[in-house]
Amino acid sequence: MNKIALKILMGDKAKYLGLIFGVSFASLLMAQQVSIFVNLMARTASVIFSVSEADIWVMDTRVRYIEEVEPMRDMELYNVRSVEGVKWAVPFHKGLSTIRMQDGLTQQVQLIGVDDVSLVGICPEMVLGDERAIRKPQTAMIDKNGYVFTWPGQPLELGREVEINDHRVIINAICSITPNFITFPTMYVSYNTALEVAPPTRKKLPFILVKAQEGQNLQRLKKRITDQTGLQALTQNEFAWRSINYVLQRTGIPINFTITITLGVIIGIAITTQTFYMFIMENLKQFGAMKAIGFTNMQLLRMVLLQASIVGLTGYCIGIGLTALFFEVTKDAPALQGFILPWQVMVGVFCTIFLVILLSIVFSLRKVFKLDPAIVFKG
Amino acid sequence: MQQAVIFSNISKDFPLDGRKIRVLDNISSDIRLGEMTMLVGPSGCGKTTLISILSGILSTTEGRVDIMGAALTDMPDTKKVLFRRKNIGFIFQQYNLLPALSAAENAAIPLTAAGVSNKKALARARALLEGMGMEGQTEKLPRQLSGGQQQRVAIARSLVHNPKLIICDEPTAALDAKTGLQVMQILRDIANEKNRAVLVVTHDNRIFHFGDRILEMSDGRITGDYTTEDFLKKEHIE
Repeated sequence: MNKIALKILMGDKAKYLGLIFGVSFASLLMAQQVSIFVNLMARTASVIFSVSEADIWVMDTRVRYIEEVEPMRDMELYNVRSVEGVKWAVPFHKGLSTIRMQDGLTQQVQLIGVDDVSLVGICPEMVLGDERAIRKPQTAMIDKNGYVFTWPGQPLELGREVEINDHRVIINAICSITPNFITFPTMYVSYNTALEVAPPTRKKLPFILVKAQEGQNLQRLKKRITDQTGLQALTQNEFAWRSINYVLQRTGIPINFTITITLGVIIGIAITTQTFYMFIMENLKQFGAMKAIGFTNMQLLRMVLLQASIVGLTGYCIGIGLTALFFEVTKDAPALQGFILPWQVMVGVFCTIFLVILLSIVFSLRKVFKLDPAIVFKG
Repeated sequence: MQQAVIFSNISKDFPLDGRKIRVLDNISSDIRLGEMTMLVGPSGCGKTTLISILSGILSTTEGRVDIMGAALTDMPDTKKVLFRRKNIGFIFQQYNLLPALSAAENAAIPLTAAGVSNKKALARARALLEGMGMEGQTEKLPRQLSGGQQQRVAIARSLVHNPKLIICDEPTAALDAKTGLQVMQILRDIANEKNRAVLVVTHDNRIFHFGDRILEMSDGRITGDYTTEDFLKKEHIE
């Protein structure tokens, strides 16, 4: 019986390929759109995720997300270091600055200042030069995409000079980072250089990165930091999710993307349902003949379930494969760099596709079950 | 002659726009083993409804049907399907072969539905087809066969599970005259040689003479039960 089901399914090559194409396209559409959205949202927290050494981020209580900087007094660093359970605490600068190039053109950059000694928070993947170079005064490291964006068509080379707020800075290293949400070039300097070149303010310390002592409960340590300093302390994940949620709730980007994804899912569902429903409907007379001959409804259900599983699985695998291929091919494009196909998206698309196929089976099989086998006597 | 089917006082109503239309009105008769019975009458007289009821596809509004001693009208729908699968063979006007399956696979379908192994079912189907002059055609798809060959496959499908009752709905309607006669000869042989009851619904007066007995229907009633000779005389058919 399984053989009959498969032969009916694959007998008409055009119909079979149409079904596979429909499900593949639906899977591709859903997986690709959702993955791009998820990756884009993750970029809002890419700076946070890139600082893998720290357990806790400490900041002013008014800070709602990573792009919102409310500097603290310098002494807060010592207050945090004095909290029981803190292994180390280092300053971390993050802000926007404008660089002026030798030809007079300007470019806004994201300026990251890391602790001069430990270099905690520095970009981990070097392309050219040595990250320790930024320990020298007036020295910076720029990300590769930012370099290409700032000096398009020019070879990667060290020693370029730029001005930041009338301070001369030499680029002595180039690194590769996960692109961030605002897409400005990212420039790494030592914390002291950042203080020097950033516009002067009364309070200068944006964030404090904290490493907990071994065996410390992070939630308790966070509470101790807040209780003793009055500052806000968040784990890396909490701060990342707070930043993502802020963008989700306060900007129009998620709405636009949600519309795109919803449309993608609706189109995917419509294609899958339509193609499978049509397949059943076109074979209705055959099902009628089979019922007349003596196939039970359960036998027909088993046959249709087998057909649906084959179509669903094949279409899903092709769709997911094409999505993975898309991200592989575009991995070097700055706009999509670092984008991956998360396993959660794969599972979600799998469930959606099979749910949709199941629903279309329920709708179409109702017709088959209620089908009057006498249809075959009607010419 | 032993009766394969006995139907008594059958009536069938269909709902239409809130009222009931009586399609079959209190009809009774039988179908006998070893005989080919022709069911004739104008379009809309209830022939298709009657064969649907006799094959357990439709239920009666009133009346009783017994097939090979089993009370079909008392059976639940699921049991009717299993009974039909075992005891009745069908030949349809449009053959209703599955286009993706070969001739042998199509002919083997009733056995496959009954859970017989693929190998056994196909061997039996091939033997039947070859017995009907289909040597070398058993692995072809329906679209590669002529109308007459397709109807032979349908006949083989109706016989493969060895049923006692064969129900044929306009078996020659889609065939040319010569092929139609050949197909009717096969059906006639099946009825006479294998001691089966063959019920043929037809409009085609060129094949009436193949029958042993003719039931005439009109307006939902059986209006005549004739031997073929008497019927042909009555209708002035040569």
